Amino acid sequence: MLNIKNLYASVQGNQILKGVSLAVNAGEVHAIMGPNGSGKSTLSRVVTGHPQYTVDGGVLEYDIGGQMTNIIGKEPDERAREGIFLAFQYPVEIPGVPASEFLRASYNAVGRHHGLEEMDPIDFDVFVREKMKVLEMDDKYLDRALNVDFSGGEKKRNEILQMAVLNPRLALLDETDSGLDIDSMKIVAHGVNTLRSKRNAMIVITHYQRLLNFIKPDFVHILYQGKIIKSGGPDLALKVEDKGYDWLIK
Amino acid sequence: MPKEINKSVPETSLTGDYKFGFHADLETDSAPKGLNEDIIRLISRKKNEPEFMVDWRLKAYRHWLTMKEPHWANFTYGPIDYQDICYYSAPKKKGDGPKSLAEVDKEVVRTFEKLGIPLGEQKRLAGVAVDAVFDSVSVGTTHQLELEKVGIIFCPISEALQKHPDLVRKYLGSVVPPTDNYFAALNSAVFTDGSFCYIPKGVRCPIELSTYFRINAKDTGQFERTLIVAEEGSYVNYLEGCTAPVRDENQLHAAVVELVALDNAEIKYSTVQNWYSGDKEGKGGIYNFVTKRGKCLGHNSKISWTQVEAGSAITWKYPSCILQGDHSVGEFYSVALTNNRMQADTGTKMIHIGKNTRSTIISKGISSGHANNSYRGLVKVLPSAENARNFSQCDSMLVGNNCSANTFPYIEIENNSATMEHEATTSKISEEQVFYLQSRGLNKEEAISLVINGFCKEVFKELPLEFAVEAVKLLEMKLEGSVG
Repeated sequence: MLNIKNLYASVQGNQILKGVSLAVNAGEVHAIMGPNGSGKSTLSRVVTGHPQYTVDGGVLEYDIGGQMTNIIGKEPDERAREGIFLAFQYPVEIPGVPASEFLRASYNAVGRHHGLEEMDPIDFDVFVREKMKVLEMDDKYLDRALNVDFSGGEKKRNEILQMAVLNPRLALLDETDSGLDIDSMKIVAHGVNTLRSKRNAMIVITHYQRLLNFIKPDFVHILYQGKIIKSGGPDLALKVEDKGYDWLIK
Repeated sequence: MPKEINKSVPETSLTGDYKFGFHADLETDSAPKGLNEDIIRLISRKKNEPEFMVDWRLKAYRHWLTMKEPHWANFTYGPIDYQDICYYSAPKKKGDGPKSLAEVDKEVVRTFEKLGIPLGEQKRLAGVAVDAVFDSVSVGTTHQLELEKVGIIFCPISEALQKHPDLVRKYLGSVVPPTDNYFAALNSAVFTDGSFCYIPKGVRCPIELSTYFRINAKDTGQFERTLIVAEEGSYVNYLEGCTAPVRDENQLHAAVVELVALDNAEIKYSTVQNWYSGDKEGKGGIYNFVTKRGKCLGHNSKISWTQVEAGSAITWKYPSCILQGDHSVGEFYSVALTNNRMQADTGTKMIHIGKNTRSTIISKGISSGHANNSYRGLVKVLPSAENARNFSQCDSMLVGNNCSANTFPYIEIENNSATMEHEATTSKISEEQVFYLQSRGLNKEEAISLVINGFCKEVFKELPLEFAVEAVKLLEMKLEGSVG
């Protein structure tokens, strides 16, 4: 589904990714761990097409209509409509725009691309409230301005709700556990787990093994200085938790 | 504007072009260029005005001659040659002019139809009475008969001067005196048409009243005058729209609007201003120097201004409220959008005179391209205004790096029982916001429009629903391509 080969990327003249390779297939969950500044968030932004990041070399391909397609240079919204989703580490506030209005606009933008009829506000309300239940979200959420005055936990739940609404094929979760207490993390992880299926894949970016107790990955990769230096199974995360990164770096 | 309007206007092409930029080729009855006492007498004669008006106009003109064009606003523009402007231009008509809409020149009717304002009795808009002003004259007013039944007068001001001279005389200049400012004095001397509305005691106007202003002729200024009087306990919702053809030369538009609200009366006045704003380099466009003021004369009266300013090369406009009656309320809700080389200096004045008077100011300025957008507002509380309250919120949003936004709030308090609140913010549409929305499948234009609509929400909710839809579309069109 996603094929990254020897990928180099930079932001504001600083090269952050220095030859990342990663292949992700449908049905898989990959965890990416690594110390601060290793390039984890950069990787997520390069895959989703943030305009400030430039690809300096390498391959970035994604399955569009059964065909592995180069997505370098594609607008973020084109990628999103093809099913790539990023749950933000720091979701952005959009004052004056009710969450419900945004969610429906987004759902319909993606749906239109796949030839679906637009969902009207009443049907959408029913649809979205169903998803909100899983994440134990407050009814008032839909009328609130998007992310404005949301607590850290509310913002993260909101990201996973968007993921549930858009049902992406490839979801990247960027430190979705940061700033969450253990109860909120369980709810968020439960929300994510209900979205796991054979047709989609996830890349979970995290600092801590803790989240991986709840979202069990198939593969764990260690990113360091812009390169994946070690890949393994779930036990690699446990080992990192136990021994830190030093043994991998030396 | 009503839904019908949206349907009849071709789908917005989203090219950012000005879709109202066409003009009609018409034979016109025009005065020679230039301004002098003879021209003023000519205008008064063309309009068949009562005697007192000639004197009224000439007095204003003589005062104007002693005044200087004001240059305190935060914008620059080339000199205006007042002798190079035509002060009267009307589509040529046979005989004494149209007695009914059926006699209006077909080309004029077609122009308004293209603008989405059908005037014919069959096709006219439901729920809104329209007075259509074409250059210097009102060419037709719909729904007049129905309105007459409830005692409402809604007609061109030139007609009102003939049919109801005493009523007009009583209020004309009572809110904006002919000597008020340079452009108001000029307008008082040469105004050619505009609307007059009179809502009698206790009447709630059953439909919305609106005036649509269209500049068509070249080298012509438009100087319209609108006067709305709401008698005791009455209510009226008034809408105003304006467009002009694309032309390389700047054209002057200097209007005066006066509102009078008596005891317990309420006037809601909404404007969507979309005059031609010039091209990308700032060539051409309308110079819009407008004096709009409402007087809450009566106890417990209310005047509410809502404006969406999206056009004109230059906007100089401060719809204001004089809160004279005790417990009267003034409101000002504004969205001012400038792009390319547009310059706007706009805001309001709230003058508290009566006891327990309240005012609210919500201003949203959006600046993009190389535009310059200023909010200028005055809240003044006179010694007589016990317990006056004001809330002001002035937010600016910048789109791109080459535009500017300024806020000039003035507060003068002469009664220490007053309560004032002022909030101001300046923000930029951030790349992060646009990326966030794009990463949810919305394209860049949709993303920007969502952010802008959120920003303007408090103002748009004050507009009649269909007008709000129009306003949203207008902003989307104007901002097309403005984020790099």
